[in-house]
Amino acid sequence: MSLRADAPAPPGARVRRFSRAERWVHRTTAALMGICVVTAAILYISQLAVMVGRRELVVRVHECAGIALPVPVLLGLASRAFRTDLRFLNRFGPHDKVWLHAALVRDKRRGSRPAGKFNAGQKVYAAWIAGATLVMLGTGLLMWFTHLAPLVWRTSATFVHDWLALTIGVVLAGHVGMALGDPEARRGLRTGTVSREWAKREHPLWRP
Amino acid sequence: MNSEPSEERDGTPVGRRVFLGTLGLGALGLVAAPTLQRGLEGVLGAVAGKDPTGLTGLLPNGGGFRYYSVAASVPHLNATDYHLKIGGLVDRPHTYTLADLRALPQTRLVKDVQCVTGWRVPGTPFEGVRLSDLLDAAGVRPGAKAIHFTCFDGTYTESLTLDQARRPDVLVALRMQDKDISHDHGGPVRLYVAPMYFYKSAKWLSGITVTDQVEPGYWERLGYDVDAWVGRSNGRTDEPTS
Repeated sequence: MSLRADAPAPPGARVRRFSRAERWVHRTTAALMGICVVTAAILYISQLAVMVGRRELVVRVHECAGIALPVPVLLGLASRAFRTDLRFLNRFGPHDKVWLHAALVRDKRRGSRPAGKFNAGQKVYAAWIAGATLVMLGTGLLMWFTHLAPLVWRTSATFVHDWLALTIGVVLAGHVGMALGDPEARRGLRTGTVSREWAKREHPLWRP
Repeated sequence: MNSEPSEERDGTPVGRRVFLGTLGLGALGLVAAPTLQRGLEGVLGAVAGKDPTGLTGLLPNGGGFRYYSVAASVPHLNATDYHLKIGGLVDRPHTYTLADLRALPQTRLVKDVQCVTGWRVPGTPFEGVRLSDLLDAAGVRPGAKAIHFTCFDGTYTESLTLDQARRPDVLVALRMQDKDISHDHGGPVRLYVAPMYFYKSAKWLSGITVTDQVEPGYWERLGYDVDAWVGRSNGRTDEPTS
């Protein structure tokens, strides 16, 4: 990591980014999502299905993880820090439009990527994955409790569930890939603090 | 760069719109699914036929069979150690080897395969011994009403009524797609119940027991219909397969 000393703060100064509750929300959601993805792969990719078998058990694990997936976020609503961050994720300012435009034209210069605590990409991702998770939950329930709804719905639910799963897989891979490329962002979610340098560079409009 | 945006508490609630929009698209997808699915199946079916990589097989509704096994692992059996036992309410219980079954008159059927989860494989040849021939050879006793099938995966079971089992389109299949049935497809011997959803066509068939009443099979105890006619059960309206 390069420690260029153009910031007035002493290098090595840490800024609080996430509370303990928020980190646990992320951690448990990530674990549940991981279980959903792995079990889905086993159910869906023949080669893996051949290796693992035990279809009923895998289905049950997938169902339980899926049902539990929104729980950490719902529990997180009890935390003020989490609610505050949700508000940051929800609200888009003029700088977010600049960020999105720069992302669309692949302009990677720092100056064209203004961001508050969360950049526009993170905001769009958060909103979309939340919506997509609920669609997966709804269609999953339709496939699970087939006698609750008109049964024609099951095929439709399977169709939406399958294609959205594929989309989520791709988007999630992007999410994880970007995290892998940014150790300081990962440190933020692991320890709760980030370096002032990083905060200034990646989130210049954030006033912690 | 902006001089003083002092954090974005008062911006436009775009996040909420994206969230609700995603939910809306999901609902729209449900409504439009039957139309979209027909279109995609047509396109993917055509592409999959010319796709040497097999990647289209990984897409939803990309065509082809999917592997489902309910057991942890399934032994591999072949001509030396495979046996099919016929017993229960019969006069002449008998155990067939693979060679015995191959020596009997074979019937070849070419029909669509329809899975209850939605996938369909058109025009799939199955070849084997009519179940009714085996039942006749064993001599079904009066009072018998149904058949209970067991499998050498140790877990799966299936059932048919005696009338269903005597249909000419119900086979103890030895070949599928004009090849000996591979292990993954339930080989060396599987049941083939042409007019019903594919879960009735038990893989790795090892036992045929004639009983005095229907004993629901594995998936049927988990909520699937026992009389699984394609298009007339499980709440589905697929084109019949036989």
